[in-house]
Amino acid sequence: MRVLAISGSLRAASNSTALLRALREEAPEDVEVILWDGLKAIPPYDQDDDVVPAPVAVDALRELVREVDAVFFATPEYNASVPGALKNALDWASRPVATNAFRNKPVAVISSSAGAFGGVWAGAELRKVLGTMGARVAEAELAVGHAHEKLDENGRLADDDVRQGLREAFETLLAAAAPFEAAA
Amino acid sequence: MSTITQTETGIPTGTWQADTVHSSVAFEVPYAVATFGGAVTDFDSTLADGKLAGSARIASIQTKEENLTAHLLSPEFFDAERHPVVSFSGPVQRDGDAVEIAGEITIKGITQPAVLTGTIVGPAVDHFGATRVGLKLQTTVDRTKFDINWNMPLPNGEPALSNEVTLKAELTLVAQEA
Repeated sequence: MRVLAISGSLRAASNSTALLRALREEAPEDVEVILWDGLKAIPPYDQDDDVVPAPVAVDALRELVREVDAVFFATPEYNASVPGALKNALDWASRPVATNAFRNKPVAVISSSAGAFGGVWAGAELRKVLGTMGARVAEAELAVGHAHEKLDENGRLADDDVRQGLREAFETLLAAAAPFEAAA
Repeated sequence: MSTITQTETGIPTGTWQADTVHSSVAFEVPYAVATFGGAVTDFDSTLADGKLAGSARIASIQTKEENLTAHLLSPEFFDAERHPVVSFSGPVQRDGDAVEIAGEITIKGITQPAVLTGTIVGPAVDHFGATRVGLKLQTTVDRTKFDINWNMPLPNGEPALSNEVTLKAELTLVAQEA
């Protein structure tokens, strides 16, 4: 199984990206976690540019999402919502609406912030956006407050409770992405 | 002008298959200030020994807007990828022209009791010699009991979409030769 990990932050020392590096450490043997680093290359959404072929970076994102089995998001919170760069990338990925790459794609969302609430509003908004896009939003919730205090000097996750929450969110996503068998 | 004449008043015996060209399965739900409706086009139905059974492929749902159709097929609504079929079955009870079918309906993999009520015409012989029976049925279900929970608040705080959904079926069933 292949899981795409998307950070909502562009910052090199991002807490969200650090959480996704920890996610990769927690991956079972048969699960590959791909850390996406293409967010900064996505141009501002402009319907005039939303043609075939799409901008290269956009095509690459859409193709990657189609190829993987699930997508795991870690987002910071800007002004009680999703960072603009991430929302912009999703606006590109969501077109065309009826057949977009995220339709039926299992996804999970965690959030983090320097404050106490852990970006809980950004997480909720991101789940709403993904649900509207047609994604299969897993019931995984993790909001990491005071996130910078949970990392060591090398930017590695050093908090056992957060690591356990991350592991549980990952397991929830993997279960949502497992082959579905209808109840008898 | 009527093309057939009602000749029976009992519950039709034997096996009857839907003539889907002359049948329809639809839904209506209050939305904002009006009623929104749609239909499924790929369905079948059988009446056998007094029991009506029907199923519909939810991917055939028709609305007037493809993006809306896609939303209805998504996990927020029917989750057609994982639950492609909705179905119903139950025994037909007839009282003159009135029918009631207390059965079970399955949507999104969840089965709930449902009572369909309506009218029945026939059996009667049509202008080509086939024996037909007509059923006009409807029921109302609470969509949240089938894990279809999407909503959006209106500016006044009320939800935009009702939880109560009316399901309607007009079935023309044709007698099958034994």
